[in-house]
Amino acid sequence: MKGSVAVVGGGIAGIQAALDLADSGFKTYLIESRPSIGGVMSQLDKTFPTNDCAMCILSPKLVETGRHPNIELLSYSDVKSISGKAGDFKVKVVKKARYVDDAKCTGCGTCTEKCPTKVLDEYNAGMSKRKAIYIPFAQAIPRVATIDAAKCMYLTKGKCGVCKKVCGPKAVDYEQKDKEIELDVGSVILATGFKPFDPSALSQYRFDHPDVITSLQFERLLSASGPTQGHVTKQSDGKVPQKVAFIQCVGSRNPRIDRKHCSSVCCMYATKESIIAKEHDPELDITIFHIDIRAFGKNFEEFYNRAQKEYGIKYINSRPPEVIVDAKNSLSMKYEDFNSGELKTENYDLIVLSIGLDPSDSTQGIARSSGIALDDFGNIATSIANPVETSVPGIYVCGVAQGPKDIPDTVAQASAAASKAASLLSKERGTQIKERKFPEEKKLSPDPRVGVFVCHCGINIGSVVNVPNVVEYAKTLPYVAHAQEMLYACSSDSQVTIKEAIAKNNLNRVVVASCTPRTHEPLFQNTCREAGLNPYLFELANIREHCSWVHMKEKEKATAKAKGIVQMAVAKSALFQPLYKQQVSLINKALVLGGGVAGMTAALDIAENGYNVTLVEKEKELGGMLREMTELYNGKKPEEVLKGLLRKVSENKNITVLNEAKLEKVEGYLGNFKGIVNARGKEIPVDFGAAVIATGARNFEPAGLFGYGKDSNVITQAQLEKMLGKGTSANTITMIQCVGARNKEREYCGRTCCTDAVKNAIRIKKANSKASVYVLYRDMRTYGVNEKLYENARDLGVIFIKYDVERQPIVQNGSVVTVHDSMLNEDIEIASDLVVLSTPLVAGENEEINQLFKIPLDKNKFFLEAHPKLRPVDFATDGVFLCGSAQAPKLMDEAISQASAAASRACTILSREFIETEGAVSVVNEAKCIGCGTCVTMCPYNAPSLYDATVKAEEVTYTTKKSKINPAACKGCGSCAAACPAGAIIAQHFSSKEIGEAIDAFDKGVKSISIGKDMVEVTV
Amino acid sequence: MSAEVAAEIPKGNGWEPNILAFCCNWCSYAGADLAGVSRFQYPPTVRILRVMCSSRVEPAFILKALKDGADGVLVAGCHIGDCHYIDGNKNAEIRINNTKKALAKLGLDGRLRLEWISASEGLRFSEVIRDFTEEIKKLGENPVKEVKK
Repeated sequence: MKGSVAVVGGGIAGIQAALDLADSGFKTYLIESRPSIGGVMSQLDKTFPTNDCAMCILSPKLVETGRHPNIELLSYSDVKSISGKAGDFKVKVVKKARYVDDAKCTGCGTCTEKCPTKVLDEYNAGMSKRKAIYIPFAQAIPRVATIDAAKCMYLTKGKCGVCKKVCGPKAVDYEQKDKEIELDVGSVILATGFKPFDPSALSQYRFDHPDVITSLQFERLLSASGPTQGHVTKQSDGKVPQKVAFIQCVGSRNPRIDRKHCSSVCCMYATKESIIAKEHDPELDITIFHIDIRAFGKNFEEFYNRAQKEYGIKYINSRPPEVIVDAKNSLSMKYEDFNSGELKTENYDLIVLSIGLDPSDSTQGIARSSGIALDDFGNIATSIANPVETSVPGIYVCGVAQGPKDIPDTVAQASAAASKAASLLSKERGTQIKERKFPEEKKLSPDPRVGVFVCHCGINIGSVVNVPNVVEYAKTLPYVAHAQEMLYACSSDSQVTIKEAIAKNNLNRVVVASCTPRTHEPLFQNTCREAGLNPYLFELANIREHCSWVHMKEKEKATAKAKGIVQMAVAKSALFQPLYKQQVSLINKALVLGGGVAGMTAALDIAENGYNVTLVEKEKELGGMLREMTELYNGKKPEEVLKGLLRKVSENKNITVLNEAKLEKVEGYLGNFKGIVNARGKEIPVDFGAAVIATGARNFEPAGLFGYGKDSNVITQAQLEKMLGKGTSANTITMIQCVGARNKEREYCGRTCCTDAVKNAIRIKKANSKASVYVLYRDMRTYGVNEKLYENARDLGVIFIKYDVERQPIVQNGSVVTVHDSMLNEDIEIASDLVVLSTPLVAGENEEINQLFKIPLDKNKFFLEAHPKLRPVDFATDGVFLCGSAQAPKLMDEAISQASAAASRACTILSREFIETEGAVSVVNEAKCIGCGTCVTMCPYNAPSLYDATVKAEEVTYTTKKSKINPAACKGCGSCAAACPAGAIIAQHFSSKEIGEAIDAFDKGVKSISIGKDMVEVTV
Repeated sequence: MSAEVAAEIPKGNGWEPNILAFCCNWCSYAGADLAGVSRFQYPPTVRILRVMCSSRVEPAFILKALKDGADGVLVAGCHIGDCHYIDGNKNAEIRINNTKKALAKLGLDGRLRLEWISASEGLRFSEVIRDFTEEIKKLGENPVKEVKK
């Protein structure tokens, strides 16, 4: 058994899995085939549905991965084979020759600049050129040059040699050879991602035409770091297009080319790219040609609606058969509008092919060489009950290698795979790791010397705020010893630049003007620590979320505001003092709320990682919604899954189950929570270090809709599910989709209802082929590999009828259903024995738990995760995690993945030997304290207490009360400091002095700046 | 400040309010972040000062801001019951309401606002700023502020 894991693939999936494992005590090898980690996410401009900048949220993870003492990065390396068994694998890795010594290369880029050979740049999807010696992108990790051996003149023809000549540290080595190494690891995680579909295979779409591009190319055009710096132009003539069309499902949902799966993400990325393009150029005319719009995830439907209503993006239900190129080389398409039946021809300036996700070559290669089973689509095969376990025990899978999915589902699965590997190797935890070391802190000189780094964030800030202007202004501020601009302050080379600037200018305070401290503060704080500065000497000035993004059309005012923000940050930072965290013990136990499939899985994973778990379930028995199900969508019986889980839970000595129980009270914080659970009227105290919320959701009751509750023939899909356990005698069954969903009251899509309906339609047809099953739908959202269920259903003769939201079906007397078929444009009457309403899951009683833990809810009352993309199972509150339908509706395998993910995240805490308290705590100035005890009554954490102090004043000695604050209990809210009548309490980092300076600066920043043509004049 | 420079200050139609917003780290600051991520546009009349909890805001901060140049002060925290520090926002409510009374006596009625804005209320954040800006515009420039040179 080894305490180490090999993660294959350095995209967001591999990165998350590696970080989780490294944080919970395992040595991790991260093996990436390309020169840098980051995967396809690094090429994205924005992410749906929040339009968060992809690089901005990814970059801190790249930097963290590159820095982590327990992650060994093997970039530009391929896995040749995996052999051995769970606990003891041997992984053969070929480190491809870079022809650059990575230990010597500083990533300065001189070689790249001087190299005379230009090559198509794959990072920009072939739309620009890079050099034969290159660093793939600005934020690349590791930041090391690589020679493209196939294109390098020296390596192919023996001529040139420029890079070697110009390389200062003598890192270029033309003699370097591929090197094979063997890793001994306990477990392997495959995160080998996908390969974008190559549309040349579909010649009718004329990908040979320069103005027919892929969605990934369009994404690069939108990106500030792309070939056109974010300006959408035509490849043919460099002009700005006016009419743009997207063709969906290129390389997906197409049996003719053996691509039967839905790629899951294309509907949303096309929507996102359209919105971004419209933000760049509101005059653009954009049409998306689609089959169904699959906006099934959290906030996707809302995003889709905004695209139509706010941005005027047109969605046409049609699949154009071909792209026509006329004699003048212009583009047009003939199509039939499925909704109106009309045949139309339209000209377009630019056509974007929404390409699907194919299994990657390395997925296939490794599966073959190492005997890992693949599914029908070429993905790594898994099951619903074990969504991250491959056919080989000890080898796990996550991300798109397991099937098409978006970033949050990928991240959740990555944590899930980490949880499985960690539980397999839990006995070896901590045996192969080392501590992170920082240099000793520099002695603080008495005068503040502030360094200001102003970030362009590509064009996110720079296109609105005049960054050079802000830099010039910053230089005029008191205490500022250095100011400069940066393209991306969060990239790894910027960290080097910041550290160099700290050393060179002897800086002792650092202000980065970029984005929100809520995501980026830890990154820059670590950079400061690496430069010998205390992390509390750092301040972020948020000029993106609070400025450039909200004043996009008021560039001058936004620039003036950015200066004001920077000034406040500088003023405040000048007063910052070094602060230190304290180490306190923690309770290595977890609490899991909710005993459904998600809760049981989370509890089991944590228990198998070696920690005690209390599992709290409100009902008499565990099982939750799994008990209501009679068949899984792979045809398996839910009872078997349930029995397996129940047996494992009851056999595991680490799990205590409390039935008919409810958490009533909780206090404490990360690592040290104290709760009271009421189980059958008995109050049981439960102490825990981390909690997982897995309280699920409930079925929406469609009272009064389509005669539900009045006619016994009208039932819900959940009721049909139960009924089908025994079978049904009904001959004509009509299902109505989106009942109580995708409407004004409940804007979101129910996600699972289409798959449930199709599954049950198949069951009915299989039991009785003579039965007629009609599914009335708006969009069929059988995403990913569940598309095959939809295909099966059609093959079995289930009839799908599309209706329009404006013309709802009508149910008379619980039997006669009239629907307007929006594709045939006529009314159809169906005499039905059973009318089945597919309703969404709605939030359960989340309000009580949200109050207990102080964790937020979204507008639909589901729990709100810390970040919709990269922290899908975390809360902003440390130590509390989330999984299953409590977050949003999801399918069973997704809930299980999330549950394991939440367990993995919890284990990153439970595996610690201690936790660090907040550094910015309040302290009492004893001389000023009058011992009144206001702070004691104010504090919810009992941090301040009064003690008897002996005071000597002049010649009198007397005893009086004084307050002192326990730094381990203080959370740093500053409430006591605000209440103290004597002004004796200092809320460190947010002291009256610090805030006062910022208020002072607030005024100056506004009143006295003016912007000339290219000059700034300042009067302070 | 020279007259020439003053003339170049972007002013819209003459005068625009100057608002200082104290936002708590856990809800309102996150709500302001979400407004940004969602690109909900609002007037550039506000500067945000992050505090860990709305209860950190001392009346002295508000008075100082009004004296030093703010035309309005916003204190924003988590909704009651959602406070990251259990009930800090309740303390803030008492304190801010008392400060409002004091300001009214100084003729500064309406220049201090307390709002609960959650991490998921990006839209609401932008609406609050728009609304407060309009309200301050109606009140006009803060009469007591000292314009510094």
